[in-house]
Amino acid sequence: MALSSRRDAPQPPDFSFLKRLARDQLIYLLEQLPGKKDLFIEADLMSPLDRIANVSTLKQHEVDKLYKLENKPIVSTCNQLCFLIRPRIQTVKWIAEIVNTDKAAGRLRGYKIIFCPQKFYACEIVLEEQGVYGDVSTDEWAFYLLPLDDDIISLELPEIFRDNFLEGNQRWITTASKSLHLLNSLYGPFLKVYGIGRSAKMTYDMWRDLVEDGEQKTQQPEIGNVFLIDRDVDFVTPLCSQVVYEGLVDDTFRIKCGSVEFSPEVSSSDKSVKVMLNSQDKVFSEIRNEHFSNVFGFLSQKARNLQTAYDKRCGMDIKQMKNFVSQELKGLKQEHRLLSLHIGASESIMKKKTKQDFQELLKTEHSLLEGFEIRECITYIEEHINRQVSMIDSLRLLCLLSLTENGLLPKDYRSLKAQYLQSYGTEHLLTFANLRQLGLLVEQNPGETLTAMESKVGKLVNDRTAGKLTDAFSSLAKKSNFRALSKKLALVPKSGEEYDLRTPRDMAYIFSGAYIPLSCKLIEQVLERGGWTGLEEVTRLLNGNEFVATGSSEEVKPRSDSQNTILVMFLGGCTYSEISALRFLGKERGYRFIIVTTAITNSARLLEALLDRKT
Amino acid sequence: MAFVTANWNPLGEAFYRCHRKIELYVMGWNLKEGLKDCLIAAAPYGGPIALLKGHQKRSPTARPQLEIYSASGSLLASFLWKSGTVVALGWTVSDDLLCVQEDGSVLLYDLFGDFKRHFSMGNEVLQNHVIEAKVFHSPYGTGVAILTGAFRFTLATNIDDLKLRRLPEVPGLQGAPSCWAVLTQDRQTKVLLASGSDLYILDNTSCTAVTPPGIDPQVSSYIQMAISFSYKYLALFTDAGHVWMGTSNLKEKLSKVDTKVRTPPKQMVWCRRPKSQQPSVVVMWDRLLLVAGECNETIQYHLDDDSILIPELDGVRIINSTHHEMLQEVPGPCEEIFKIASMAPGALLLEAHKEYEKESQKADEYLREIKEQSLLGEAVRQCVEAAGFEHEPETQKTLLRAASFGKCFLSNFPPDLFVSMCRELRVLNAVRDYTVGIPLTHPQYKQMTVQVLIDRLVYRRLYPLAIEVCRYLKIPEYQGVSRVLKHWACNKVQQKEEPDDVIARAVNQKLGDAVGISYSEIAARAYECGRTELAIKLLEFEPRSGEQVPLLLKMKRSQLALSKAIESGDTDLVYTVVTYLKNEMNRGDFFMTLRNQPVALSLYRQFCKHQEQDTLKDLFNQDDDHQELGNFYVRASYREGKLEARLAALQSAVDEYNKAKNEFAAKATEEQMRLLRFQRRMQEEFDRPFMDYSLQETLHSLLMEGRIRPAEQLYKDFRIPDKRYWWLKISALAEKEDWEELEKFSRSKKSPIGYLPFVEICVKHHNKYEAKKYVSKVTPEQKVKAHLAVGDLEGAAEAAIERRSEGEISLVLSHCPPSADRSLVDRLTRARTTASKK
Repeated sequence: MALSSRRDAPQPPDFSFLKRLARDQLIYLLEQLPGKKDLFIEADLMSPLDRIANVSTLKQHEVDKLYKLENKPIVSTCNQLCFLIRPRIQTVKWIAEIVNTDKAAGRLRGYKIIFCPQKFYACEIVLEEQGVYGDVSTDEWAFYLLPLDDDIISLELPEIFRDNFLEGNQRWITTASKSLHLLNSLYGPFLKVYGIGRSAKMTYDMWRDLVEDGEQKTQQPEIGNVFLIDRDVDFVTPLCSQVVYEGLVDDTFRIKCGSVEFSPEVSSSDKSVKVMLNSQDKVFSEIRNEHFSNVFGFLSQKARNLQTAYDKRCGMDIKQMKNFVSQELKGLKQEHRLLSLHIGASESIMKKKTKQDFQELLKTEHSLLEGFEIRECITYIEEHINRQVSMIDSLRLLCLLSLTENGLLPKDYRSLKAQYLQSYGTEHLLTFANLRQLGLLVEQNPGETLTAMESKVGKLVNDRTAGKLTDAFSSLAKKSNFRALSKKLALVPKSGEEYDLRTPRDMAYIFSGAYIPLSCKLIEQVLERGGWTGLEEVTRLLNGNEFVATGSSEEVKPRSDSQNTILVMFLGGCTYSEISALRFLGKERGYRFIIVTTAITNSARLLEALLDRKT
Repeated sequence: MAFVTANWNPLGEAFYRCHRKIELYVMGWNLKEGLKDCLIAAAPYGGPIALLKGHQKRSPTARPQLEIYSASGSLLASFLWKSGTVVALGWTVSDDLLCVQEDGSVLLYDLFGDFKRHFSMGNEVLQNHVIEAKVFHSPYGTGVAILTGAFRFTLATNIDDLKLRRLPEVPGLQGAPSCWAVLTQDRQTKVLLASGSDLYILDNTSCTAVTPPGIDPQVSSYIQMAISFSYKYLALFTDAGHVWMGTSNLKEKLSKVDTKVRTPPKQMVWCRRPKSQQPSVVVMWDRLLLVAGECNETIQYHLDDDSILIPELDGVRIINSTHHEMLQEVPGPCEEIFKIASMAPGALLLEAHKEYEKESQKADEYLREIKEQSLLGEAVRQCVEAAGFEHEPETQKTLLRAASFGKCFLSNFPPDLFVSMCRELRVLNAVRDYTVGIPLTHPQYKQMTVQVLIDRLVYRRLYPLAIEVCRYLKIPEYQGVSRVLKHWACNKVQQKEEPDDVIARAVNQKLGDAVGISYSEIAARAYECGRTELAIKLLEFEPRSGEQVPLLLKMKRSQLALSKAIESGDTDLVYTVVTYLKNEMNRGDFFMTLRNQPVALSLYRQFCKHQEQDTLKDLFNQDDDHQELGNFYVRASYREGKLEARLAALQSAVDEYNKAKNEFAAKATEEQMRLLRFQRRMQEEFDRPFMDYSLQETLHSLLMEGRIRPAEQLYKDFRIPDKRYWWLKISALAEKEDWEELEKFSRSKKSPIGYLPFVEICVKHHNKYEAKKYVSKVTPEQKVKAHLAVGDLEGAAEAAIERRSEGEISLVLSHCPPSADRSLVDRLTRARTTASKK
């Protein structure tokens, strides 16, 4: 990257407005229900709600008590119950239960369900079938987008991944397009929209309909370009072990809604500490995108700097000291606290990850990505399963093997599966069925040549009415073609070259220089070319569904800032590593990437979503 | 111009207020018998006129004739009346004709005499008949009030949302009331009626006797009453020939006028402008029209012919067989300007402009006079406003020109007033035109709004004019042109003589992709007219597939509806169709339909997973999807508490997997069954839980408890790979710290996993002593690792150097602490150099 070509990336638009909008809407909804009420909140809405409105705000609007909504009888004496839930059939059934229990006991209360972010017809059917439709009023809280950071916005809907890609349930497409519409009307109009993937295409189409139905505004856009991408375009990237700090923290401690809970051993205090991880954290913002091997260096440098800052005290006169105490000390103290937390976290990660095991795990992953010494990898995976190292990690390696090798040989497929079942139980038969359906873990079919199948499927895909057949063939079409893609896009740098992780030269640094994430590479290529021309072979390998469209308002003369502000929407989730890679790309090319994702994901979350649990 | 005041007549002197009579049209109709013996209804706001001729002749041979005319007298519709006896006619707010029949049924026709629908005013009427009926307008829409032969009133306040209200009885009422009227007060519709000298107000629940304030106590009967257009004022005509005027809430008297005529008038209506302080009432006898105001003076007009009066917002229209006139109080600005010798600024400006046209210098004098009082702005405003009140385009133009002239001398006069007045007058003149025949005044137009005016034009099928108006007034497409086009199309699809494709094509050509056009609405209309095929053709043009769905469902094209719903991407819509289909179709057909629509199927499946497990099974069965059925049974087995039930479910799963030719899954499930049985046996034998452990966990816990025999059996029965068994066994033994047994085991036969795991497992459990025992057995490749594991640097170095492996030497070096033996490090470094040279 020649330094001369670097431009300064524009500042991200102010997304705090989204929060204000959501809060005002919630308050409005609460005020629609005058009088005291108890609020029942669905478990996974609690953190997002916390970011929008705190308890005192809720109390101001006559919320008496707050409860977590669970599948059990409630203890509330209030005459009005308000439920804040996701539109899930299961949750609605719980509420119906509560209402019916009250009815049986002859208790009269008012009930209101607020669906977030929208209501689904199926939920109303359930209310009707449970005989409580008339007793319950419903409403929608159109809280689609939660800004997690200056450049990350999340829909906080992890279930979209399973619903959309595994169950083939397209109901969330509306949600995605409405979010896009909201962003377009606040920060748009978008000038150019790129995308790849079936859901991306559908989201785009539906969003266009929304735009056409609504009124057109001509304002100066803050966000110029949009890139929509389906998670199933690239499964390899989220399945790799993360080695960039933020990703590692997520893999190790699980970041929830932009904050992480460090256990006592990490925080070196007597209780767990909750820390918000975002650009406000001075220490974190410097190391979040760094390869883990550099983090310690940064932290010790930081510690030295801090010490120097403290040391300034010596030799100060009274006035300077007063100044120091009133202005700098608090910041330094804060920084000190954060620094010790991150050092604690790094040590804890270190302890877990620098063991021989982890090194070998990474080595296997890299071999798989390179397509090198596959037999050894299989043996390693076998041992991994036999020793019951980790249920999810074993599964992850199996999937990586299948994705990179275009499926497993029938013999390996059977034996690995059988061993896995012995280790972790037969119920994983269902998990394997799911993985097969998604194309994550499949058997190589020696009888058919790929290209013949593809052309057949390709024809069918063109025909709109042949939806059924398309679906029948889709499992065949879901060949990952990773090897070919990797070659075309040069995803795996030549091995043997030294890769300096301190001064990374490309996005591969997020995987120790072993692999450039496919998703990010696609974005880079498309932005560079201003479209998909020249990438025909790549899109064919990715099963097509790519598109590019110019926004409606050509007459708006865009500022260069907005041209270089690019909104990337991941349908089905994205990882912190991908975000780091895009931040790196942005720094290199003078882009500002805004990440919109249905949820933050990682290998464990992705695979856990595909398990069929006993409950 | 000089004659502007020619048709003005002053009413009284104390307040110099004039009334004027303007000729609107010479009627285009040719009525041989005049308006005599006709039942007539004319709609307000310059609406259409309906005549029912000869309705009193009761012979079956001579049926009455119903004719509908525009306000200028051009015929819109005419047909023979074939239904029952009509008591009253009236117009709805949307220009539909209401015919109230004697039997209480009300028939609705559109402007062109096409029957639309009918409704009844209640069963009670059937015996008693309707003796009188009135159609009235209120904020709730068009209402109908009837008086039955039993002297009871029934009201319907809005005919589009029919709710009949039977009003309470009037105590002691023996005959029909001498006169009555409908009132809307305090959001309630009431009836005011007079019976002799008594006045009553009937509301929903009660009948209240009332007395107007200041009424002559000698009144023996009220002959006629009139309620003003706004329902605010009431006028009563007494048998003594007096007119009492007051507020309709009967709290205030405005005036009392002696008409000196004692015969009952034919009609009495209010004539007042909004905001006018002066009430006036127009009373009509056979040949006399009388305007009564606040003072005792009256204006009298002679009538040549039978006439009817139509009250309007700002005056009264008078229609007879030849003419159509408007009587109104002269509007303020007009009076100011045209009053003889007026010195009002507007009048001076008009004069100035006149002189200017004559190129006379007097123009300047007049102007100066206005400007000196700095009233030029006021003058312009007066002229513009006056133009709005004038009917003749010539007068309008003169006034507007004067205003325009005056504007030139003003620097910051806001242009909107002038511009919008010009535009609006242009539109008004266009609709007042003889061929259109809507004599709207400017205040009426403002009250009615342009949207309603466009509707009215549309009801008359004057589509091109309506579109012109929309474009001229720059009404947004959505509310304007598109709406007109939609009405046009809805009318077009009713033309039965034209074939489907011709109409479909014509509609599409004209409408194209106009903003806000809903083809589905047009299609719905076509379907209502019984043209299903046309409806489907039209739906094809609908760009939003979601919009097509409800109508398709209504037309029972459920398959098509389903695919359209899917196309729309709106899953709620898909779901609606699916639920609908589920109830409409038999199960087999329903499943077949779903089978062809994977999107709908997966939606339904997900719903069934939560709500109807059995349906899910049926669905898979129908599809012969044995793989999914197998999965279904496996899932079902988790929910079973009893072992037998679980085994039964799993057996079903095995059968299905076999059918699906998925041997692997079948075998795995069979093994699971075997495992379950084995676990139960263990559970019974050792009295501790084993159920639901995986094979590995079962084996591990057996080994941990030292139950070697069952463990061995499990190992054999399930053909557990040797490697796995060894891993398990050594970790269990190490966990138990049974080092003796471990050593024994290591010697039992050659380890399939090598001996490094032995070393590692001992180290893991902090027993380096035991670990060292196995180092020697480790293969040369793993020696270094083994030595390092037990912390034997020397040994590791030894082994690494021996193997001359650069990587391994480096590994050992990296493990050397800073305190390490110097010579050892040196040796290693040297060895590495040699190794790397090679």
